[in-house]
Amino acid sequence: MSANAGLPNEPSLAERARRIRRNALRMGEIQGQGYIAQALGIADVLAVSYFHALRYHADDPHWEGRDRFLLSCGHYAIALYAALIEAGIIPEPELETYGVDDSRLPMSGMASYTPGMEVSGGSLGQGLGIGVGMALGLKRKHSGARVFNLMSDGELGEGATWEAAMSAAHWKLDNLVCIVDFNNQQADGPSTQMLCSEPLEAKWDAFGWFAQRVDGNDIDAVREAFDRARTLDEAKPRVIICDTRMACGVPFLEARERNHFLRVAPEEWQKALRIIEAEAAP
Amino acid sequence: MSGAKPRLTTAAMIASIASEGQKTKAAPFGHALVALAETRPEIVGMTADLAKYTDLHIFAQACPDRFYQMGMAEQLLMAAAAGMAKEGFTPFATTYAVFAARRAYDFICLAIAEENLDVKVVCALPGLTTGYGPSHQATEDLAIFRGMPNLTIVDPCDALEIEQAVPAIAAHRGPVYMRLLRGAVPLVLDEYGYRFELGRAAMLRDGADVLLISSGLMTMRALEAADALRKDRIEAAVLHVPTIKPLDEATIVAAAAKSGRPVVVAENHSVVGGLGEAVAGALARSGIAARFRQVGLPDAFLDAGALPTLHDRYGISVSAMTTTLREWL
Ligand SMILES: Cc1ncc(C[n+]2csc(CCOP(=O)(O)OP(=O)(O)O)c2C)c(N)n1
Ligand SMILES: [Mg+2]
Repeated sequence: MSANAGLPNEPSLAERARRIRRNALRMGEIQGQGYIAQALGIADVLAVSYFHALRYHADDPHWEGRDRFLLSCGHYAIALYAALIEAGIIPEPELETYGVDDSRLPMSGMASYTPGMEVSGGSLGQGLGIGVGMALGLKRKHSGARVFNLMSDGELGEGATWEAAMSAAHWKLDNLVCIVDFNNQQADGPSTQMLCSEPLEAKWDAFGWFAQRVDGNDIDAVREAFDRARTLDEAKPRVIICDTRMACGVPFLEARERNHFLRVAPEEWQKALRIIEAEAAP
Repeated sequence: MSGAKPRLTTAAMIASIASEGQKTKAAPFGHALVALAETRPEIVGMTADLAKYTDLHIFAQACPDRFYQMGMAEQLLMAAAAGMAKEGFTPFATTYAVFAARRAYDFICLAIAEENLDVKVVCALPGLTTGYGPSHQATEDLAIFRGMPNLTIVDPCDALEIEQAVPAIAAHRGPVYMRLLRGAVPLVLDEYGYRFELGRAAMLRDGADVLLISSGLMTMRALEAADALRKDRIEAAVLHVPTIKPLDEATIVAAAAKSGRPVVVAENHSVVGGLGEAVAGALARSGIAARFRQVGLPDAFLDAGALPTLHDRYGISVSAMTTTLREWL
């Protein structure tokens, strides 16, 4: 079951998110640059996923009954590793090996390298289609497990995403949850200026999905959206569009412009870590 | 908490192909396209969310009204480039080599090549030029594109050649796929009095003991390896073949027929379906039975890691290549 069963001594979801941010910053520091702004932005969603919504066994990442979490946006690997470390699926000392030769934690997420990584997602736009197949497969096996697909807003530009979206509704895949990280950022600039996907909620709705849009850095709102997605009694797939802030939690990084691939000076990593440490529950 | 850690030298982000101290030029493709666009009003630039990473941002800044940001939608990029070409424009469409070759193949093939439309597909990260792993390593792009009728394929070696190839591929009417080195691109061929000619191979240095045939960045490596071999009294010829298709078979066959020297093809590509097999086919068809070897990437999904590590591991660094050649010769 999920590592967070609501036990009294369990860390709060906010504390989980804080630790995910800390883990991500420690990995970012190893490389000195990377997709750290995405990791800080999606940390709250990952905290809710791994410590509220998902069923899994940390000591058995291949447990047949697990909910499948697909990282379609493979470059967010640093974020998922941070969550998998907090969840106990990857040992914490391994974060020192992030992106290093022969590490199990490559810069772009790959299923063959890392426990808990369900797909190789670096070629963007493939996750949702794979999710459709897994959701169909789970139904065929009469499994109650769900598929969660995390995708970036840039992936909304890929035609394959919308083929999969149409298919999921066609097959009434109520065991499929798609999470869209709407950080309004892509490689060349703001997503809405690259290939505007708005109005996004209406689009998914028109494609036959139960669509919700929430502030992805408001943990309570995210948790409630996940709960609605899981409990809805309608035979349709569910999407949660999460508006997130790049680099959320580290104001001086949030203030940077062009933050798809952040270069951070050595002393700034420590400064960022101190900001995150200062939020630790007493 | 981590204190001041030593900087790891094996980080995956070491992705430059320039060696220490090598002369480089910034964004040669972007600057060449801007220069060309001044006299060619029909040229437009198009990309799929990778202007900054294909040096097309230089063009976008210089000619904002001729630049089309299509979003991260490579199939659309190629279909729309075809549409632009049908209306009389000459699009330079950029993305990474993997996404053009794999995702957008059908669109390049039918929408562009079948009608012989004037679209130039220019792609960064050819072969093994990133440590990101198989999702970004276009180890088989030449194999994929060689099979496409009507398509001209160019694999330039350095900044000088990119600058010269841009007007040359624009002057050619029809679809072109060009492999791109981006960012700080090494400058090598200026020392050889070289001029790029579409469809022509060029002998950069002669040598009686072995004939190295190469394209792209492997030509600069072949030149360095030839220098290293000279210290062992092995004289290596280097034949640079920047146009992969149509292949300059006459020059290749003539060079291979000379003096019975062994032939080694070096390419930043899988040993399957690239320049090596193209050359082998040309030699076999001409009845030349030279000793033949390939320096290229294995037929496998390659590791993630730092680029210098991977080039050593897979045998296409100067030192790995030189070692292999010494063993063979
Ligand atoms: C199919 C595909 N096309 C292009 C790329 C190159 N690429 C990597 S990340 C990225 C930006 C995509 O937008 P998004 O994921 O929203 O960016 P972020 O929020 O991480 O800044 C691009 C174009 C890719 N990995 N896959
Ligand atoms: Mg984004």
